[in-house]
Amino acid sequence: MQKPPRPLPQATPETKEYWDGLKAHELRIQRCSDCSEFYFFPRPFCPSCHSQNVAFQKVSGKGKLHSYVIAHRGHPAFDAPYVIAIVELNEGPKMMTNIIGVDDPTPEKLPADAAVEIVFDDVNENVTLPQFKLV
Amino acid sequence: MADSTALRHKTAIVGAAETNTVGVLPDYSQLQLHAESAFNAVADAGLKMSDIDGVASVAPAQLTEYLGIMPRWVDGTSVGGCSFLIHVGHAAAAIAAGYADTVLITHGESGRSRVGVGGFGGGASTIGGQFEAPFGVAGPPTMFSVPIVHHMKKFGTTEEQLAAVSVATRAWAVKNPRAMMRDPITVDDVLSSRIIAWPMHLLNCCLVTDGGGALVMVSEERARDFPKKPVYLLGRGENTAHQGISSMRDMSVWSGAAEVTGPEAFRMAGLGPKDMDHAMFYDAFSHTPMYALEALGFVGPGESGPYMAEMHTAPGGDFPMNTNGGGLSYTHTGMYGMFAIQEAVAQLRGESGERQIDGIETSIVHAPGGMFSATATLILGNQ
Ligand SMILES: [Zn+2]
Repeated sequence: MQKPPRPLPQATPETKEYWDGLKAHELRIQRCSDCSEFYFFPRPFCPSCHSQNVAFQKVSGKGKLHSYVIAHRGHPAFDAPYVIAIVELNEGPKMMTNIIGVDDPTPEKLPADAAVEIVFDDVNENVTLPQFKLV
Repeated sequence: MADSTALRHKTAIVGAAETNTVGVLPDYSQLQLHAESAFNAVADAGLKMSDIDGVASVAPAQLTEYLGIMPRWVDGTSVGGCSFLIHVGHAAAAIAAGYADTVLITHGESGRSRVGVGGFGGGASTIGGQFEAPFGVAGPPTMFSVPIVHHMKKFGTTEEQLAAVSVATRAWAVKNPRAMMRDPITVDDVLSSRIIAWPMHLLNCCLVTDGGGALVMVSEERARDFPKKPVYLLGRGENTAHQGISSMRDMSVWSGAAEVTGPEAFRMAGLGPKDMDHAMFYDAFSHTPMYALEALGFVGPGESGPYMAEMHTAPGGDFPMNTNGGGLSYTHTGMYGMFAIQEAVAQLRGESGERQIDGIETSIVHAPGGMFSATATLILGNQ
């Protein structure tokens, strides 16, 4: 049976800068100029203080493993087992991603708070996804 | 802040029923499940469908069309499994305001057989389509379960403690002839069942079934004139906080419950956790009721794992919880909250048969919608 395609994102006006950043192999997230908080996902105001004085900025792409599941029964486009993770960026925000590069993932190979780093996955000419690897 | 205590004990559930059976029901469309439970609940209240003048449902237009009724008050709140708890709270306010006299709340879901059900899904440009779907989330096991590893890391919660939730709940299902899963299980059985999304094994995950349930609510003044013992609404709380699990504010705490619905419901009821004789804490997965126990103040932060392992909530324990067998072992249609209310009502009426709690006067019902996304709490009593 043929595998269905991986679900891919479609950018919206307020998220385009984020997805364009990934295409350029930069992780760009927004920071509030009033309260200094970084936040994710993109939107045209700060979800902490509701200021509209916000701007995208390139960040390190480094963080730590916050939480995860090892999907043994998951999306048919993926080869199970695979890791769906929440990564906490060094700048503060959390985002969902996959941890790649771990053969046959087990909890032992994925310790709490493990250091991780972004890998830019050019899925096709239009979409680059943020994936993370253990460092 | 405006005070909801004026609505304490002002309305009551006077009709409550489920579909004739629950489980695998390929011969029912989803709307039939709504309708059967609706007719059963109306009959339980000694009423006719034409007596209904208020309707709350996740799909009220479809329901009124199907039932052929013309309510003068309607609520279509649809935020997942806790929607029905929110409907109860809204109905209480509507009845007190004079918007309706006799409210019907229904649930029907062909969650397993998927007869007469639309497709799942949002588009690729939704927030979920952009920031979760590309990473292979595939339904609740890979979404709802995401926070628990953070809880395990922070508090030392173990897989054995998660398994204990399933064991305690199954022990209640053994006493429920309508439950889908009735064989006793052990912690080892849970841990040796296949992994769905580590740390969740098959027996840490709720069932997928078909079924329905419905309620009839009226004012406290009218409630004494019905055939069954009234079950009064003492307190309620509701909240939405996020949609996708990746936006959960703190993965170690059910914030909607801790900050909003618990305090709101207890304040309205004038009661606290120690006053609760019984609990129905929605168990989509083993960790869901653990987060509820902590967020609502029944145990301290991080204490739910050891607490569950001590079997306080199992038959014979000092805090009976999920006495129908829960979503884990009784039934889980997708939006299970209605069944949690049904069991609380049955216990408060003394109708729970072999699993009846003696001397019960209060019950707390608590549920999430989506992935800890929405939250609702009800405190019910029979005095
Ligand atoms: Zn701000």
